[in-house]
Amino acid sequence: MGKRTGMEVSIAAAEAVKQANVDVVSAYPITPQTHIVEHLSDIVANGEMDAEFFCVESEHSAMSICIGSEAAGARSFTCTSAQGLALMAEMTFIASGLRLPILMIISNRTLSSPLSIWNDHSDTMMIRDCGWIQFFVENGQEVYDHVFISYRVGEDRSVLFPVIINMDGFILSHVIEPIELIEQEKIDQFLPPYQPLHRLHPDQPVTMGAFALPAIFAETKKAQEVALKSSMPKILEIWKAFGDMTGRYYHPVETYKAEDADTLLVTMGSIGETASVAVDKMREEGRLVGLVKLRLWRPFPFEELKQATRHAKNLVVIDRALSVGACGPVASEVKAALYGNDHRPSIYNFVAGISGRDVAPPDFIKMVDKAEIEIEEGKMDGYEIYGVRE
Amino acid sequence: MEEEVKGMTKPESEWTWKELPVGNVILEPGNASSYRTGDWKSFKPILKKDLCIHCGLCYIFCPDMAYNLDAEGYFIADLYYCKGCGICSKECPTQAITMVVEEEK
Repeated sequence: MGKRTGMEVSIAAAEAVKQANVDVVSAYPITPQTHIVEHLSDIVANGEMDAEFFCVESEHSAMSICIGSEAAGARSFTCTSAQGLALMAEMTFIASGLRLPILMIISNRTLSSPLSIWNDHSDTMMIRDCGWIQFFVENGQEVYDHVFISYRVGEDRSVLFPVIINMDGFILSHVIEPIELIEQEKIDQFLPPYQPLHRLHPDQPVTMGAFALPAIFAETKKAQEVALKSSMPKILEIWKAFGDMTGRYYHPVETYKAEDADTLLVTMGSIGETASVAVDKMREEGRLVGLVKLRLWRPFPFEELKQATRHAKNLVVIDRALSVGACGPVASEVKAALYGNDHRPSIYNFVAGISGRDVAPPDFIKMVDKAEIEIEEGKMDGYEIYGVRE
Repeated sequence: MEEEVKGMTKPESEWTWKELPVGNVILEPGNASSYRTGDWKSFKPILKKDLCIHCGLCYIFCPDMAYNLDAEGYFIADLYYCKGCGICSKECPTQAITMVVEEEK
């Protein structure tokens, strides 16, 4: 077992990037991601890590450099938040189209306006369709672990996709947690050096990023879509290998006291831990309530979600973002995933905790209460922004 | 010359999604030379050899490098690549090059 150390989650993330033998770090500091970049800058400047650190002028450039360095065969890392991600958005689609296994950590933060630095998932939902593998984590240990998992998955010859780790800004990024660090020898064994399939090299010239006419564009997208969906078995295999090494096993959809539950809360990210406290409380009162947590957002775990919700009567989906004019993005995805089922639970959607407003255990209980009553009264697809003052 | 097929690359409309290289990387260096940009033109340059002074300005200014020197010392546009922009005609100091409408065959 590795050493268990108290450290800020952002520092643990930076330490993982060092241990993953990353060749290029290119990032622009933005709250709440700043501590990751600052610490990596220190590590490289101190000679503890053999990498190029690019202090760029914008996030657009940060991702552009990662695309270039990854295309040349260098393991590359970046991280950002909110407005930075917005500025970078154009390049994220290009990275996945070119199938370059860059790793990006997003310290999730609210997208303006109004201006806000606090946590929700509106930034990452903006680039939901960018074609990256997208993980959501619940705590610092999961951030640290997923740095190695992400590179191993993304760089696999059968995968070759960039990977996003979504971690909640402040709630995780600025909190000191106990982190079990993994010995370097074990990491080196788990994560072999990057062997690119194609790379920019004068001895074997290739063209990357050529244009496509309408006669071929749809074929390129079909190839990308099939490849991303086909990455699922490899993700499962690598999670299993990581679990065998560390004892920490991860799954696309994780459940807590869900087996016999009538009502299931559905969460993504760090609020899953708070929700489990609320589930315990409701179980003490004899209520059949459980929890389903989405860890993998892309490729979307359709089958695993169906399995996890197959006995439930009600789903209470908590979104940390709002698709203005529609509803929460997770809820619309969950509804679409279950629509073709014979058994379709009623789905109630709460958009909660936007821009860092606390969602405490009693809030989950209130949401379950309201959903159960309204569903009982026949309202099958309720939706509201939770806790708004009337 | 215009009818000659240059290079071996398959036309885009014949590729299936399964055949595409990962990331749509182009593995054959310089295969852009097989692309018939001559398809784009609506005017083609015609050289009046008796006015030509062999200065080569058409060759220098052609943005597609479509002009080549022939055995008799004249610069002739390769219509496989010529997009019909008319820059050669504009730059020619003796008005030896005229742009004429390319008619459908």
